Amino acid sequence: MEMHKAKRVEIILEAVVERQLTNALKDAGVTGYTVLPVSGGSGRSGYWSREGQVGRAGGMIAVICLVRDDRLDQLVEAAFTVVERHIGVVSVSDAYVLRAERF
Amino acid sequence: MSPIVLSFVLGFSAALARSDLSFPEAVAKGLSLYLLFAIGFKGGASVAAHGVDMNLILALLSGVALSLLLPFVAFGLLRFLTQVSAVDAAAVAAHYGSISIVTFVAATTLLAGRGISSEGYMVAMAAAMEAPAILSALWLASRYGKETQRVGPELWREIMLNGSIVLLLGAFAIGWVTGEQGMKEIENFIVSPFKGVLCLFLLDMGLVAGRGLRGSSKVLSPGAVAFGFLMPLVGAAAGLSTSVALGLSLGGSVLLMVLGASASYIAAPAAMRVALPEANPALSLTLALGVTFPFNLTLGIPLYILIASAIIGS
Repeated sequence: MEMHKAKRVEIILEAVVERQLTNALKDAGVTGYTVLPVSGGSGRSGYWSREGQVGRAGGMIAVICLVRDDRLDQLVEAAFTVVERHIGVVSVSDAYVLRAERF
Repeated sequence: MSPIVLSFVLGFSAALARSDLSFPEAVAKGLSLYLLFAIGFKGGASVAAHGVDMNLILALLSGVALSLLLPFVAFGLLRFLTQVSAVDAAAVAAHYGSISIVTFVAATTLLAGRGISSEGYMVAMAAAMEAPAILSALWLASRYGKETQRVGPELWREIMLNGSIVLLLGAFAIGWVTGEQGMKEIENFIVSPFKGVLCLFLLDMGLVAGRGLRGSSKVLSPGAVAFGFLMPLVGAAAGLSTSVALGLSLGGSVLLMVLGASASYIAAPAAMRVALPEANPALSLTLALGVTFPFNLTLGIPLYILIASAIIGS
């Protein structure tokens, strides 16, 4: 089966700014992304968990986008306007997709 | 001892002992939605039964003023007791000017258990006190700290339309509109199970508070811990003075003391993460949930009842 090169961008960010991030992505022309809940982890501030939490502060989300190579800079720049001041991690990795026309 | 307080103690102790007891996030949120709806509805139904007068409007305005002013006291006290940055102090100040609705609900239930009634509109006052402190804190951060984010549409939405405020005020409005008849229709759902649900919720809060305290002990200096105990007393004193000026009943006075003494861990933390992301969230959340919340629940509320009874009389 033919596969096509793409970039997978994973943004783990504070849940309170989810809407700001997805709006920035849409403004940059990124229409496809997936938001995943994050149940816990560990970072510079130590271990954290969503168990039993009721407020959105302290929670994180993961936003995953798959884009063509030529659209990567645009996406990362848009994401950075939101991520810059907040707790989070942005990573980019190589990926392969089956249906290139969808990205 | 009340099962409500003991449930909290159980959760707190279990977390400190590193038990694997836990509530899924969705269950905790479900319990919190139930409590907000029930307390809002009961407050609205009570106002419908007693009618609206000038006292309600004055109480709301006083609540807003109290919430606007308390952050300035909290900011000054924390800066005096610790070396934290202005931005961190402003974020903590927002938490202490805003209110903890669960502490309020626990106090309402404990008062009812002692046969002490309060004004129904205290729920509306609680809702009115959630947001103003956030604006004061943003002013403090911009005045003494670094340039802060402009209060744009996203931040206004976070401040004014966060889920807890919308549900509390919405349920209050439904209770107010439907009154006694509405109360009769859903009484079996929002009155009888209320205490049991509150026990479960406080068990969860105990777990979260204990875990937070255990994990963030390095964040809290002795001065910060002292602040966590002193600030509720200052807030309670401000609440008592306001209640005397308003001529509230004993129950209303205790509740206003509790509102002044409590620190937010739902509305203010989310708004602060949007507006002041440079602030350390572990400091404000650990103080609010790990120090002040347990203090208010175990020692504070009985103390406030004692003081209010001595000053206002039963």
